[in-house]
Amino acid sequence: MIRFDDVSKRYPGGQEALSHVSFNLAAGELAFLTGHSGAGKSTLLKLIMQMELPSSGQIFVNGQNLRKLSRRQLPYYRRGIGLVFQDHRLLFDRSVFDNVALPLTIAGYDPRDAARRVRAALDKVGLLHKEHQNPASLSTGEQQRVGIARAVVNKPAVILADEPTGNLDPKLSAEIMHLFEQFCGVGTAVLIASHDLSLIRKLHHRILVLDQGRLVHGMDGDR
Amino acid sequence: MARAPRRDRRRPEAQRTEVHRSDPWRGSTGAPVGRKLSWFEQHQRTAVESLLRLLSDPLGTVLAWLVMGIALALPLSLSLLLANLQGLAQNVDEAGTLSLYLEAGLEPMRQQALVDTLSQREDVREVRLITPEEALAEFERSSGFNDVLAGLDSNPLPPVIVVTPQSLEEEVLVGLQSYVAALDGVDVAESDLAWLERLRTVVSLASRLAVLLGFMLSLGVLLVIGNTIRLAIESRRTEIVVVKLVGGTDAYVARPFLYSGLWYGAGGGLVALFLSALFLFVMSGPYSRLIGSYGGDAELHGLGLTNGFLVLVGAAVLGWLGAKLSVVRHLRAIEPR
Repeated sequence: MIRFDDVSKRYPGGQEALSHVSFNLAAGELAFLTGHSGAGKSTLLKLIMQMELPSSGQIFVNGQNLRKLSRRQLPYYRRGIGLVFQDHRLLFDRSVFDNVALPLTIAGYDPRDAARRVRAALDKVGLLHKEHQNPASLSTGEQQRVGIARAVVNKPAVILADEPTGNLDPKLSAEIMHLFEQFCGVGTAVLIASHDLSLIRKLHHRILVLDQGRLVHGMDGDR
Repeated sequence: MARAPRRDRRRPEAQRTEVHRSDPWRGSTGAPVGRKLSWFEQHQRTAVESLLRLLSDPLGTVLAWLVMGIALALPLSLSLLLANLQGLAQNVDEAGTLSLYLEAGLEPMRQQALVDTLSQREDVREVRLITPEEALAEFERSSGFNDVLAGLDSNPLPPVIVVTPQSLEEEVLVGLQSYVAALDGVDVAESDLAWLERLRTVVSLASRLAVLLGFMLSLGVLLVIGNTIRLAIESRRTEIVVVKLVGGTDAYVARPFLYSGLWYGAGGGLVALFLSALFLFVMSGPYSRLIGSYGGDAELHGLGLTNGFLVLVGAAVLGWLGAKLSVVRHLRAIEPR
């Protein structure tokens, strides 16, 4: 579902954020991406989101070669990826329901059809009863769950999460991680950047370790 | 794409709410959610949402409308006044005649011949001959110099032909004037239409001013709307980044701002229409007195339904353009980082 083929990323300053990274994440697979800060985790996620372009190498997501993606196609490509942020990035000018509905609204779905899917997503994260509230009134853990509901609402082929438990205590973190485990079950590839090593070791999933831009653990067949 | 394994069947049926009768999570990834809205429906929704968003800040929005309305009302009112004056210049009936003073000793037969020639012209509506005797009698009646006139040996007044032109269009008048001046037997051709010429000159001068003013103030409106939209874009930066990351196209992101511009413009146009109606109301009294004294159509005419609608549409387009300028400049610059 996600395939990196000898991908390197150098920033204009000459600093190499990623160096010859290759891996393949299959559909329905969950993997953690870890490493010290500055090891290239964010860069790797940004490359998948096409917020940055690789300096060399090729990336395939959902069968699509990202090098061949035009600016016009970019939004449609991004609709196939559910993104969870560390700071959840919810919009406080609308309700929980409308936040989760955002990807469907953008895709132009009839609100009546979208509502079913939004409620299902909220139910998945256990917040159906709070759909009318403003996200600002929720706890940090709940906000993150709303962020997850928004990421999964259109059933993306790929879910990316950037330090989704960065601001949460261990108990909430574990809950959030279990939530992600449910989604990879439905054929979605899930890639979670996290430096919470003690938590992710317990979960028995593939762990990709980056060190100074190099993939040092978790290559294909390296379990 | 892989089929999704059918999970989520662990929960007992009884616990399932209405929502899950057909579990939306069952299908494969990327399965369609349902019907998509048509292009028209999407635009309709955005248009309404944009308007509601503007109305949620009533003070700011009304202020913006006033700024635009006043800027647009100025050239609009001026051009309305000018349109009225121009119409006036076409329609003054009584005031517009040419007086041909004939040579003093011209025989009556040749006087009549001149009258006949003039009557046959298409650009002449009416020709009236005033003989020296009639002129003298008129003069006696109106001046009261009876004694002085009685002391004269002969009638000093020349015969006069009064020509009323068919229309007061500039071309017709100029042609007729040069024609009669060159006629044999005509001593002096005098026009009492000089004031009309002057009015026309003033009107054409003022028209240019109105166009110039309209152009500059429209540009001002464009920039005001552009700036208002720029601020709106700035204040919704976070939202724009999120929308772009979850797959909003450039057009989708731009749409609400373009509609905001449209509503700002249309509101400004409405204010401008109201202000120019107020202007007409205030001006109509003095105008009637002034123009009535020249024997013209003393009523000040308004914009009319069609033109009013056109002004509204024009203002809305202006607003949309202002927003477009801002969107092109600022929206593309906001990219997720």
